[in-house]
Amino acid sequence: MPNLTIDGLAVGVPEGTTILAAAKQVGIHIPHYCYHTHLSIAGNCRMCLVEVEKFPKLQTACSTVVTEGMVVRTDTEKVRKAVTGVLEFLLIHHPIDCPICDQAGECGLQDYYMVYGLHRSRYALEDKVHKKKVQDIGGQIVLDAERCILCSRCVRFLDEVTGTRELNFFQRGDHSEISIFPGRPLDNNYTGNLADICPVGALTSKDFRFKCRVWLLKGVESICTGCARGCNIAAHFKGDILYRYKPRVNDAVNRAWMCDFGRLEYKKANDARLLAPFVREGGREKSASWGAIVPQVALELSRAVEREGADAVAVIASPQSSNEELYLVRRIAADRLGTKNLAFTHRTPGDGFSDDLLVLADKNPNSRGAKLLGIPDGEAFDALIGKIAAGRIRALLLFGNVLGAFTEGETAGLLSKVPFIAQVGTNTGPVSKAAHAVLPSASFAERGGTFTNHAGRVQRFHAGFPPRGKAKNVIELLCDLANGLGADWTFTGERSVFRALSETETPFRGMTYESVGAFGQEAAR
Amino acid sequence: MAIGIKKVARPRKMSFPEALYLVEIVKGLGVTMRHILGNIVRQEGIKTIEYPEVRRVMPPRFRGRHRLMKRQNGAPRCVACFCCPTACPAKCITIVAGESPDPAVEKYPVRFDIDMLRCVFCGLCVEACPVDAIRMDTGWFTPPDDTREKLIFTIETLLEK
Repeated sequence: MPNLTIDGLAVGVPEGTTILAAAKQVGIHIPHYCYHTHLSIAGNCRMCLVEVEKFPKLQTACSTVVTEGMVVRTDTEKVRKAVTGVLEFLLIHHPIDCPICDQAGECGLQDYYMVYGLHRSRYALEDKVHKKKVQDIGGQIVLDAERCILCSRCVRFLDEVTGTRELNFFQRGDHSEISIFPGRPLDNNYTGNLADICPVGALTSKDFRFKCRVWLLKGVESICTGCARGCNIAAHFKGDILYRYKPRVNDAVNRAWMCDFGRLEYKKANDARLLAPFVREGGREKSASWGAIVPQVALELSRAVEREGADAVAVIASPQSSNEELYLVRRIAADRLGTKNLAFTHRTPGDGFSDDLLVLADKNPNSRGAKLLGIPDGEAFDALIGKIAAGRIRALLLFGNVLGAFTEGETAGLLSKVPFIAQVGTNTGPVSKAAHAVLPSASFAERGGTFTNHAGRVQRFHAGFPPRGKAKNVIELLCDLANGLGADWTFTGERSVFRALSETETPFRGMTYESVGAFGQEAAR
Repeated sequence: MAIGIKKVARPRKMSFPEALYLVEIVKGLGVTMRHILGNIVRQEGIKTIEYPEVRRVMPPRFRGRHRLMKRQNGAPRCVACFCCPTACPAKCITIVAGESPDPAVEKYPVRFDIDMLRCVFCGLCVEACPVDAIRMDTGWFTPPDDTREKLIFTIETLLEK
């Protein structure tokens, strides 16, 4: 374990660590463009030059491995002059179109210019080499060759992570640029990451293009709901509108990446939302207040239990719900309604697609959590659907926006056999068109909780903003419903539910939000 | 500082002739008459102007109603960079950016609304603009209108002047 000093600070790091990584450990930021924690070392941007004692020349901190007794200086005049020079070269042909560049605000060139540059260009504007702007190179990416600083992060990403190698360098000298091969656009499920890893505005997202300025966005730590992988993300929003996802680094789950499908999942929290509770009477929608609709649902459910027995009432849970919500759903079904008709399904319309990097076939974030909480999948769900089809279910409490993988027509046919359906869901869809009481719930960005991913890792997601419209947090809603059915629950917020859950549920025993932390914790098997 | 009591002298009690205000009324009428007669004799000295038929010439740096500048081909000069709504302390500018039909321009404002009822005419939007697309040099006050909606100026209104 070599010991070295960086700017006078002593640090001990494992064998094979680079100066840049060692400096990060003691809180010294060494500027860099081409270095990326999850890609190979290229050492071609030359921004990370540092002075190392006994070396005649400046060294690149990203590629120099530390040795015992090394003395590194990052703050000398020599280093500063070199870095300023490198930056001036990188900016020499830059088009300076920050006003129309989506990267502005999170751009490496802007950031380092304010620290190391602040120079006037010595290069005449008309002498700048112009390259092709606004090129649609496929996937989710727009390429602006002029803004590129040739750091090769994108080339290495496509080489090392996806293995598809669509981008490469072309031409020489001033005219060097990255590009796709003629007629061979980006073709993989991870193109969105190129916009994230590009330190400048050369590769930007087609979906986010011109939607919002990044400095107006706020971010909240969340979990992608697109599949059972549970990629760690930051959900960026302004007001109550989500604009984009960015992956967060979690080496146990998604490393630094996320897939293109997951990246567009945010739209579900924006569009076609259920925003106010309503009841359907004689085929017509009638808006209802929360104060009236919850007691009505409780009354209908308990009346069905009284008249036809507990077997005539069913609860279909959703693997889109958090662990906390599923725990309460199970308790309502078992304790309040006394019914054994409780099931969920991981199946969704158009599911089944997977690849060998991140995308999983199960398109729900919490199927594993539902199973661990003792809610049955598969045969139990099919049996429940059989009962519904046979007309034996008189009242149904349904969570989620879709009924398994059934088409809209099939869903309508099945649900028409049930005299009373209460839906708790976020979006309009086949279920909200058939339900007799629709209780709109908060989306994943509007509530907090935990999901259990396919490998049993319990991960937290946080609320970014209050529920839109009149939508309600599911925990609050379930407490009201359970209390309407004679319980005396006093849960306030997801933390109190998780505490109760971790006391009784074996897989989650002993867990707290603190132990789950930012990177998750494996549930007991 | 310690809190104490300070005695303040009360106004002197007026005598009876003073309380009648007779002398003061006559004095006041004298001032009024002097101005009436003076203005009849020398009309160019009158300070009031007959707005809106006559308008005061504004100093060159007066910040009046906004206008958006045009390019030579008539398209808005604005590139929808969001610097003005970011700088705006009243949050009165709403921009929706879009892909310009002109590939050389790339980004342009599909919507550019200024809520004139919110605007505080501070001029920070003009300062912030990197392409000199917004100016407040019209020398005009915002004309009054009868609904709030009409006072949310759209891009068409702002490009007119």
